[in-house]
Amino acid sequence: MRIEVAGQNAFIVYFADQTSALVSAQIQAAVNKILATMQDCIVDLVPSYASLLVIFDLERSDCFAVKRQLRSALSDLGDLDTTAGELITLPVYYSTESGPDLEIIAERGSLSVDQVIEIHQQQDYRVYAIGFAPGFAYLGEVDERIAAPRLATPRQKVPRGAVAIADRQTAVYPAVSPGGWNLIGLCPTRMFDPERDPSMPVKVGDRIRFEAISREDFIARGGEL
Amino acid sequence: MSGFLVQQPGLLSLLQDRGRYGAHNLGLTTGGPLDFIAFDWANRLLGNDINATGLEVSFGGLTLEAEVESSFVITGAVAPCKLNGETIAQWQTLDIRAGDKLEIGFTSQGTRVYLAVSGGFDISPSFGSSSTVLREKIGGIHGDKLKAGDRLPCGNARVTRYYRLAAAERPAYGNFASLRLVLGYQQAAFNATQQWRFFNSRYRLTDRCDRMGFRLEGETVHSNMLDMLSEGICHGAVQIPADGQPIVLMNDRQTIGGYPKIGSVIPLDTARLAQLSPGSEVRFEAISIEQAHNIHCLEQARFERSSLRLERI
Repeated sequence: MRIEVAGQNAFIVYFADQTSALVSAQIQAAVNKILATMQDCIVDLVPSYASLLVIFDLERSDCFAVKRQLRSALSDLGDLDTTAGELITLPVYYSTESGPDLEIIAERGSLSVDQVIEIHQQQDYRVYAIGFAPGFAYLGEVDERIAAPRLATPRQKVPRGAVAIADRQTAVYPAVSPGGWNLIGLCPTRMFDPERDPSMPVKVGDRIRFEAISREDFIARGGEL
Repeated sequence: MSGFLVQQPGLLSLLQDRGRYGAHNLGLTTGGPLDFIAFDWANRLLGNDINATGLEVSFGGLTLEAEVESSFVITGAVAPCKLNGETIAQWQTLDIRAGDKLEIGFTSQGTRVYLAVSGGFDISPSFGSSSTVLREKIGGIHGDKLKAGDRLPCGNARVTRYYRLAAAERPAYGNFASLRLVLGYQQAAFNATQQWRFFNSRYRLTDRCDRMGFRLEGETVHSNMLDMLSEGICHGAVQIPADGQPIVLMNDRQTIGGYPKIGSVIPLDTARLAQLSPGSEVRFEAISIEQAHNIHCLEQARFERSSLRLERI
């Protein structure tokens, strides 16, 4: 574990060079510990794949005190539980109608479209980071057989709820936006709703399971095609 | 609620308070005024709360009609300002009556003008802040920039004491800035030669400078990082992608990203950077986090003390 300066009022803690379930559990434990012990001087925490950005309030503390407190907080993270975090099931209408890149991914992996859909649902994914846009959760890691590079030309408009793959990451687009990920289906669950509390159904450290639903079910749950 | 009616919105006028904090865990960025120095002075001259909602008017071109009796201050970039056609001064408290027309013309020095009204605009906060972030469609009025016909709600409120900031205390907006940068992040991945080039070159602002980031061009600088995992990005971080051209990440940056960073420009200097136009030049000066703290504390003490230099009018 390594603490580096990030900015005038920010440190970044690097937990490892690569991500893993254990590293992710460490980061989640660190977030909880910091929130419990240093809350009065913390402005924002940004957990990611193998790092944690700690932004502190210069009016309430200083780099010496914060670094000392960070060292102390990180020295004992307690027992790590790689299955901590909630398990959340997200329904997906997988089809070539709702997932225009399913066939390309199938072709690349010498699989059938049904196999791609099957493989995507076979495992639980971990929420490694939230960013890029409000409510955009980076989930990993997908089976290598369905991993796919980003599109050479990003789409101008990806629909809200689009379930997508880029390399070994998968995600659900929380709002209509441009995007270069491969689209494999649509999820009717709102990933970000500023009017609701909580505004997101998932948080970093949670585990996500995808579950196929029918076209009718998708529409019944408020999905739009 | 009455307030100010937008007759001409200008190129990019945004309602802002001091920014949105504590929401990075949802992927929400900070927002807030690019030049917080001028923003703070506007509220200070009115005796407003430091976080009162004001307007950031980029490049000028704004016309408002008052529906209330209020007081206001215009700070920031130099622009011709008029009240009912009569030229008025910036950096001082003035009154406005219902029916009056307030115009902020196009900027001649600097790029961001700030307008504050007594008591601030009454905008209900989203995630604890009224700051508008266009990319996220959050804050302000429906997450959007000002449009003709918008009403900026605010109450009838007049100040009882009128101040102006002494001319010598006002920031000067030119076409060059030296930016102090706290070394950090992947700085070790930039070897001595690369760092020498970076800190001994002048960089020019391209025309791709916006509230997310300011893209610069000049001597190319390369790190030895081939690829890295995405990680949290703080305000002012200087990202150097494979093309070797630095990008200073500003208030509306994405909260995570995967390009190497050499460190972060201190907020006092991103505020100065934000007032520069494309074609202006900057250089970077490396400082430690301890030096940054000293500078921050010194500047804060000056701001507190400068009430002595406010001229009562």
